[in-house]
Amino acid sequence: MQRATLDLWVGIFVVAGLGALLFLALKVGNMTGFDSASTYTVRAKFENIGGLKPRAPIKSAGVVVGRVSDISFDNGSYEAVVSMKLDSRFKFPKDTSAAIMTSGLLGEQYIALEAGGEEKMLADGDSLKLTQGAVVLENLIGQFLYHKADSPQEADPR
Amino acid sequence: MMDFAQAGLRRIGRRIIDSIWRMGTATRFLALTLLHSGQSFSRFQLTIREIFSAGVLSLIIILVSGLFVGMVLGLQGYETLQTYGSEEALGILVSLSLVRELGPVVAALLFASRAGSAITAEIGLMKATEQIAAMEMMAVDPIARVVAPRFWGAVISMPLLAALFSAMGIFGGYLVGVVLIGVDEGAFWSQMQAAVDFREDILNGVIKSVVFGVAVTVIALFEGYDAPPTAEGVSRATTRTVVTSSLAILGLDFILTAFMFSGV
Amino acid sequence: MGLLHRKTIQVSDILIEIRDLYFAYGDRTVLKGINLTAKRGQVIAIMGISGGGKTTLLRLIGGALRPSAGLLKVDGIDMSRIDHVGLYQLRRRMGMLFQFGALFTDMSVFDNVAFPLREHTDLPEEMIHDLVLMKLNAVGLRGASGLMPSELSGGMARRVALARAIALEPRLILYDEPFAGLDPISLGVTGNLIRRLTDTLGITSIVVTHDIQESLRMVDYVYFVSEGVIAAEGTPDQLRASKEPFVHQFVHGEEDGPVPFHYPAPSYTADLELAA
Repeated sequence: MQRATLDLWVGIFVVAGLGALLFLALKVGNMTGFDSASTYTVRAKFENIGGLKPRAPIKSAGVVVGRVSDISFDNGSYEAVVSMKLDSRFKFPKDTSAAIMTSGLLGEQYIALEAGGEEKMLADGDSLKLTQGAVVLENLIGQFLYHKADSPQEADPR
Repeated sequence: MMDFAQAGLRRIGRRIIDSIWRMGTATRFLALTLLHSGQSFSRFQLTIREIFSAGVLSLIIILVSGLFVGMVLGLQGYETLQTYGSEEALGILVSLSLVRELGPVVAALLFASRAGSAITAEIGLMKATEQIAAMEMMAVDPIARVVAPRFWGAVISMPLLAALFSAMGIFGGYLVGVVLIGVDEGAFWSQMQAAVDFREDILNGVIKSVVFGVAVTVIALFEGYDAPPTAEGVSRATTRTVVTSSLAILGLDFILTAFMFSGV
Repeated sequence: MGLLHRKTIQVSDILIEIRDLYFAYGDRTVLKGINLTAKRGQVIAIMGISGGGKTTLLRLIGGALRPSAGLLKVDGIDMSRIDHVGLYQLRRRMGMLFQFGALFTDMSVFDNVAFPLREHTDLPEEMIHDLVLMKLNAVGLRGASGLMPSELSGGMARRVALARAIALEPRLILYDEPFAGLDPISLGVTGNLIRRLTDTLGITSIVVTHDIQESLRMVDYVYFVSEGVIAAEGTPDQLRASKEPFVHQFVHGEEDGPVPFHYPAPSYTADLELAA
């Protein structure tokens, strides 16, 4: 095969391959990683993080505003310490609360931020005071069973 | 009875020792290839020829297989998801299956049987017809001139082929799911985008395909170079390339998947 | 008979000197004390029955094998002590013709002959083009430069390989069975070419062969290798006249002699009686 034709085909192949990679990276995956944007770190302690994993999204009003960067254990207070990287574009008041929610019934868990009313904003390194741990299914079922055990006595007119 | 078992065990033992010994020789061969890779880049035309041989000539089988695998994923995936009312997750199913596993693995398997066997046959034949010996007598290093460019040509082609396989597969899944069956197009793409992570899924898939590419190419080159210089020897070496490569791909896939996707 | 003119070259230069050469492969001693001399401008034939050690000797001279013991000097270089770089340099002064040509099948005839020039010199393409055509012309195949090796006959392939072997103007050419399987015309052509190249370019040619007629016609000296030693040597005339049994059997193609017709077997009667 002529050298020129060879080079042409190899060029087409490489361009097509890189194009496929680009397609996968941009259209299929989400490359809008918060590692590239500038972020500030905020901490929060939870009683129970449930199934929360690093890189889980942090949403406010349903929109992703950051990612969980680190999860560790505080041996003193026996609580989970979650470090969150928030996009620098979004500022939250100091009394913002964080709750661990589940997307859908059995989906992955994420942190939902509900903005507070204070005037002063969270800065890099601050901690959130108000947190709500994950809803653990077993506890929920346990509550339901106990509730059911109590209520027949109440509802029974006899 | 004991003699029979003993002989069998001894045979298995010998085969295992032989394979380990061969792996050592193959590793030394890989080291030699890498050391002599200078010409593959200073005279890049050599490598371009091999990218054509390994990559361009494998395009058809990769693209067609990718399309079909994607379409089957779309069909089967829809059937299963439908029972849970989660048809909208079809995009996630198709894309993750392809990008994480099927793309790198199936593309590598196809590559091994098409390009890998071709490399083994070429080099085995060159050895059998004394072309390698002739090169040595002409003071031209056959490893630098013949082996190394094929190595780099194949290693460059492999991840590109895997990406093309995955891309075609996703398109195939889209064709079946959205166009044929009627899954919501918006949900298909948006859920996919939300679930597929660049670093964890796509990059890991690329790393896998590079590792598979290296493994298949080393096996193919080694079997060709080591083949007995007869027609029968070369044909057996070609078969061995395909079998050994396939096993290596599946074994490495397990190891890599365990590293990448469970210890998060 | 011979319309080949053999120029009497006054050379005292010894190109290959072999004394008491031993070579063992594993625990099998293939060569047991070979003595051989080749001068510049000579055509030397190494003959013997298959498996007797001729090809091993050729490969030792070419540096593909290392001597186990003894002296082997090629162009003044001791082959048992040569290093990688030295071998590389020596091989650029040497050419080898393999039994079936060993042309590179993925290149054209032109590219095959140009290969050593492109790999080892920095000559511009126009000059390489002319040199290649010159070499092809010397072997009579200038018109075939565009063909692929698969389109050549056996004899033509070997001639192209010869053109490739002389591309870098070597001082020594080694031929491994150049006459094997050729038709009478190609035989004559090849024999003439070897002789002519040696005479005109002053090359030394070592020809391993068992073709009696062709080689006795054109070589200067013959060495017979049998069972690892030189069983006989001499000029073609000396050998034709030799009464030595082995030489006589070989030269005249006798069925039985020092090399027996029958493969070792138990007595005939014993074999038949067992069957009956």
